[in-house]
Amino acid sequence: MTTTVATSVKKPLVRSEAMQTVLAFAALIVLILIFSLASSNFLTFNNVVGILLATAVNGVLALGITFVIITGGIDLSVGTVMTFAAVMTGVFITNLGLPVPIGILGGLAAGGLAGFVNGVVIAKLKIPPFIATLGMLNIAKGLSLVISGLKPIYFNDTPVFNSIAMGSVLGSFIPGFDIPNAVLILFITAIIASLILSMTVLGRYTFALGSNEEATRLSGVNVDRWKIAVYTLAGVFTGVAGILLASRINSAQPALGQGYELDAIAAAVIGGTSLSGGEGTILGTIIGAFIISVLTNGLRILSVPQEWQTVVTGGIIVAAVYLDIVRRRRK
Amino acid sequence: MHEVLVLMEGIDKSFPGVHALDQCRLELRSGEVLALLGENGAGKSTLVKALAGVHTIDAGHIFYKGKEVTISNPKAAQDLGICMIHQELNLMPHLTVAQNIFIGREPRKALKFLLDEKAINEQAQQLLDSMHLKIDPRTRVADLSVAKQQMVEIAKALSFNSEVLIMDEPTAALTDTEIAELFRIIRQLRDKGVGIIHISHRLEEIKQISDRITVMRDSRYVDTVLTSEVTIDQIISMMVGRTIYESTPEVPENADREIVLEVRNLNRGQTIRNVNFTLKRNEILGFAGLMGAGRTEVARAIFGADPIDTGEIYIMGQKTTINNPGDAVQHSIGYLSEDRKRYGLALGMDVETNVVLATFKKFQGALGWVNRALTRKTAAHYVDALKVKTPSLQQKVKNLSGGNQQKVVIGKWLTCNCDILIFDEPTRGIDIGAKSEIYKLLNDLAQQGKSIIMISSELPEILRMSHRIMVMCEGRITGELSAAEATQEKIMTYATQREAVV
Repeated sequence: MTTTVATSVKKPLVRSEAMQTVLAFAALIVLILIFSLASSNFLTFNNVVGILLATAVNGVLALGITFVIITGGIDLSVGTVMTFAAVMTGVFITNLGLPVPIGILGGLAAGGLAGFVNGVVIAKLKIPPFIATLGMLNIAKGLSLVISGLKPIYFNDTPVFNSIAMGSVLGSFIPGFDIPNAVLILFITAIIASLILSMTVLGRYTFALGSNEEATRLSGVNVDRWKIAVYTLAGVFTGVAGILLASRINSAQPALGQGYELDAIAAAVIGGTSLSGGEGTILGTIIGAFIISVLTNGLRILSVPQEWQTVVTGGIIVAAVYLDIVRRRRK
Repeated sequence: MHEVLVLMEGIDKSFPGVHALDQCRLELRSGEVLALLGENGAGKSTLVKALAGVHTIDAGHIFYKGKEVTISNPKAAQDLGICMIHQELNLMPHLTVAQNIFIGREPRKALKFLLDEKAINEQAQQLLDSMHLKIDPRTRVADLSVAKQQMVEIAKALSFNSEVLIMDEPTAALTDTEIAELFRIIRQLRDKGVGIIHISHRLEEIKQISDRITVMRDSRYVDTVLTSEVTIDQIISMMVGRTIYESTPEVPENADREIVLEVRNLNRGQTIRNVNFTLKRNEILGFAGLMGAGRTEVARAIFGADPIDTGEIYIMGQKTTINNPGDAVQHSIGYLSEDRKRYGLALGMDVETNVVLATFKKFQGALGWVNRALTRKTAAHYVDALKVKTPSLQQKVKNLSGGNQQKVVIGKWLTCNCDILIFDEPTRGIDIGAKSEIYKLLNDLAQQGKSIIMISSELPEILRMSHRIMVMCEGRITGELSAAEATQEKIMTYATQREAVV
């Protein structure tokens, strides 16, 4: 980023690690501009709400995975663990008839537990994150099917559950501004995640682990314990996503979920989280999640067939990572 | 004052294939600087790492202030007041200076899980001020020079208020002024009663700073002496046990030897800046410099392992483009990495496979199957010629000692018939006996018509082996010396010739 040796004293305009976030944001704006020029249906209130809603689940999921990737790890299990958390919430609320808040706590705990197990397997048994979470992907998928008896669990007896995601607290304050709560929850969890990452001990060790795990260990930090904490936290975020999804579709669908982990990883990576660890921001991840949903939504409005939408999204992910690598190499 | 802080007795430690510590001993008193000396591979680092909780010992006793202790991890050592600055930098490059210094014990706010970033930065600033270091605690460590990173490590160690401070080659990457600064701080700590273990290869430095010297050799304890009562020559003879560095290189003086490799205006970012040099037939060209001077980077660029920005490479007078290691091997250039375990060997495979690995094509029969008889014959030939000590050709390479592993790598490149061989730290982590065998091997190869580039951080090695010496600093070549005119002092002067203080 520094231009020449002579003027190297001058600080670069944007710190290099923030550059990817800036680039991602610019890409998001460009995408929005292109789609709104291409179709008058794009920037309508209803469509924007649709995009926001579509981002909510993936966005929350991506928050947890951002922590994991910053430590230099990976979590492939978030998609099916999300379903597991949703199924458990359904079991608590519909099957057992427990109060909705208890059901929600149960869902969060289910996600957290899965994350905790991931963390223990990775930190204590020294199994690579890729394998450990691949195992958890299948375990959570199987458990969801077993527990639900292969059938969806509906929340028809508790209408308040559906309003968690689909009600609009904002709309009740500002008439006509009916943005669903799911969007509000996305932004609130994102702010919480951002505060954890930048202001807490956990956040600091998340970066330290990814930057140089051995040095962190030699500094007397209990590396195993913090690694477990990071995976557990990711599990809790996954639980939030599970409850949001279940609330939105008013049911826990045991066969849903697999594939979500890849969109979540893509959101984090497009937003500048480095797969080699040590770098990443929550803002970047949120922008990344929006890039994916804007792209999907815009292509659909332009009547691009679904199968081609996936091809484009795939290309964008590779391009984003390539850009990041090129930028790093130049340093 | 001067109570015994640390006493280590009968310490034993083995790694697979190496008996790293054999009945070792160490005594450190408060308010003294104890120099720990020995050749590379003598076991110094292993011994102090056992004290710092990095390695656990197999047998022996550690007493701290008279009480026997078990130090099972770095945290346990820190809690006792033992802190170590490691040879290889141990920082988190993505974090700031202040964040690195206080990692693991950050000042917290009233809510225990919240970081007090302001206090972290202020305390770091105070610490850096007390060391007279002009570093902003908010700078990311990745943006600092190697020397500054080293100072940050020292600041970090100091911040523990340790009673025992272990420094493993802290001065290897520092300039004279920075070393003077470090010594000022060491003396300051010593006067406060801190016991300091200082590992260094620079004997003049040891004479200057230490009170006592403990010497190790071949994984064993040799002796402990008062610094004021020994000469540098006496220290050297204790270290090597036999005279090994006395011989000067046998330079075959022949002015019209042809140039086999010429590098012109090589550039790669900040790491390689306008590098020019030539390599002649039969020559051993030494590359000296401090850690991070860019020597390995030049070697990797020539070998095609890293892309270059600009520059030309001529082989036998022909302009050549080398885009990848495959091209380099085609032009008969071989590169023996400084980290042979990571880049040079397939550790889990046997000796035979490793020797023929780079030239598998030569051993392929019809339909691509491997001619086992031929690979066995070739491997046996090199194992014999290089005197590799291995029970059989089927022995896994990871079970061989460092010196024998290095010979297997050399054998691998010899099967390629490479004419230009680049040796990056060829004797790192190799015991003394094997070292002199490697030296003899290099000399033989040069005499047989090979051309050798030898990168080494050990000045005696550079002086002993090189026919000509290039010295690098911060990506530039700062000097060229003939074997006759080269001295440690001259090399160090060039090696620390920085452009300006950053």
